[in-house]
Amino acid sequence: MENGRKPLLSVTNLQTHFFADEGLVKAVDGASFDIHAGKTLGIVGESGCGKSVTARSILRIVEHPGKIVGGEIILRQGEQPAGEFDEVDLTKLNPNSREMRAIRGGVISLIFQEPMTSFSPVHTIGNQIIEVIRLHSTLDKKAARARAAELLSQVGISRPDERLDEYSFQLSGGLRQRAMIAMALACDPVLLIADEPTTALDVTTQAQILELLRELQEQNHMAIMLITHNLGVVAEMADDVAVMYLGQVVEQGTVDEIFYEPKHPYTKALLRSIPSIYAPSRVKLPTIEGGIPHPYNRPYGCPFHPRCPSFMPGVCDAKEPQITILGDRRQVRCFLYEEDEARWKATV
Amino acid sequence: MESNSVKGQMADDVLLEVNNLKKFFPIRKGFLKKTVGNVRAVDDVSFFIKEGETLSLVGESGCGKTTTSRCVLRAIDPTEGEILFRRDDRTVVDVAKASRSTLKPLRRQMQMIFQDPFSSLNPRMTLLDIVGEPLKVNGVGRQERVDRVAELLRLVGLRPEFLRRYPHAFSGGQRQRIGIARALALNPRLIVADEPVSALDVSVQAQILNLLLELQEDLKLTYLFVAHDLSVVKHISDRVAVMYVGQMVEMAETDALFNSPKHPYTSALLSAIPQPDPRIRAQRVIPLGEVANPANPPSGCYFHPRCPYAQDICKTDAPIWEQIESGHYVRCHRARELELPGIMALEEKA
Repeated sequence: MENGRKPLLSVTNLQTHFFADEGLVKAVDGASFDIHAGKTLGIVGESGCGKSVTARSILRIVEHPGKIVGGEIILRQGEQPAGEFDEVDLTKLNPNSREMRAIRGGVISLIFQEPMTSFSPVHTIGNQIIEVIRLHSTLDKKAARARAAELLSQVGISRPDERLDEYSFQLSGGLRQRAMIAMALACDPVLLIADEPTTALDVTTQAQILELLRELQEQNHMAIMLITHNLGVVAEMADDVAVMYLGQVVEQGTVDEIFYEPKHPYTKALLRSIPSIYAPSRVKLPTIEGGIPHPYNRPYGCPFHPRCPSFMPGVCDAKEPQITILGDRRQVRCFLYEEDEARWKATV
Repeated sequence: MESNSVKGQMADDVLLEVNNLKKFFPIRKGFLKKTVGNVRAVDDVSFFIKEGETLSLVGESGCGKTTTSRCVLRAIDPTEGEILFRRDDRTVVDVAKASRSTLKPLRRQMQMIFQDPFSSLNPRMTLLDIVGEPLKVNGVGRQERVDRVAELLRLVGLRPEFLRRYPHAFSGGQRQRIGIARALALNPRLIVADEPVSALDVSVQAQILNLLLELQEDLKLTYLFVAHDLSVVKHISDRVAVMYVGQMVEMAETDALFNSPKHPYTSALLSAIPQPDPRIRAQRVIPLGEVANPANPPSGCYFHPRCPYAQDICKTDAPIWEQIESGHYVRCHRARELELPGIMALEEKA
């Protein structure tokens, strides 16, 4: 809780499983985190950690055979004078209901990783943005077009009126990602989910897009959930960070806490293993042993124990660690810190 | 064969020297497929690599780094220029003009590691077939092949029992190891690695980078490393060359390039990398606009429309490629006068 205000979105013990023919894949298995209004939460993790499925679960667009089987996703909007919010649990809504469709794109919107494939190639950019605006508002065609042009210029696209009539293949990667952002902003969302928004872009374009997201966040006061595998991007953008491994949030904290005082052995190992431009050249990097386990083959107990340097036999492979709260916005999921929780509680 | 040898002006310790390399791809239009223009993918590139060192080519997409590396291997024919390679008998050959019969034995000495470990291995071949293919082509018998493949697998950190398995049974990092084993099968001297770690997860990337460094030490390999991630490049290279729109704009020893860049583009690239350290936030010089089109490059210096230091001369005259300090080459009119921030400046500010 920040300044006594409740978070905008609270995900508690989310479980999204895929019932595939070959077996059960627990893509997200007990993920918990909070997103605060106007702040950026960075979700970091390697492939298969469930970061994209978490985003899709929030928007209720998990594909078949995936299903949310447990947990809550509480969205709080419209503060009442008494400090109360309208709370909805998104997991209880029907994905096709009117209410969910109003939230999707209107309150929470999404930008995808692949700006190449996320626009329709047979409709103009303008038509696709105008469609979003008209779905979520009562503007007429002309006003919606004016709003679309305004959005394009807001994201730094020159000659917006002409660009509206162009197709996605006529734009470069950077411009396409800008147009994607314009579309996501069409209805002034309170939460923007950005799933690897700059992964497909060059570094100079990436820097421009990150700058743009920061400016827009300041203007519109929206929260951003930034999903990425790039720790540099997270360090640059995030206020809070959640580190995911095999479907669980193993650690959450402020960006400074995660980068300067990491607790979980996975976070520590991950930070050590990235090559830095400040480190001397041609020295051996510390590595994390082994690879990410196959999803059908999830280790019993703590999912990280086969690769963990602090592995405690008989503990880590016997049962799953629970979430340990170490501060207002700080939690870790590891047996090493279970006693610290009591100590923290004693100080409060 | 002797007629293919070039009288070498190449220094003794140099393995590969590329001089004024150009590769244009014609743009054809209309029924008669008339050539209406050229994409200048590689436009006058010169560099050299000493034996046993790593040179990295960096730049953004479309800058010609991959095309350059393919020309070096003669996977595509260059339009113009020389590619001098020192064979294991110490004679020098121009790969750019070599005939098929000269090239064939050369191919054994230069091998490639690919970017995507998922599409560069044939899913219907076992590891024995994949890694053993280059040996088979060169007439190595079956039993000898099995032994050699087992040895190669051990060398790259895989268990020799995996011999009969198919690639689908392996993770991304393990597949990249298989690709490396295949490249090493014929004891090459030059390895061209095109983005070998960019498709891998962070924790696996470190393992592969360590493996590449170890192999280089043990087998005295020379690497031409193509990458866009400057942190990776800083980690693995002895020297770095930066490319922009088909041209090389700067080349120097790794520390010199990162600490005191001489070209505004290099400096901008360095400041654009997001650093995994929250204190170093937003102190960047982001170049405006987008990368120029290699089919229709700007006049003068190709970087001038995006360069914060551009003057009138940059718009009209193309700068030349010159050595301004020992081992430090740059293509910029103002290289001698500009004081550009390197990575140390960023860190100090933090």
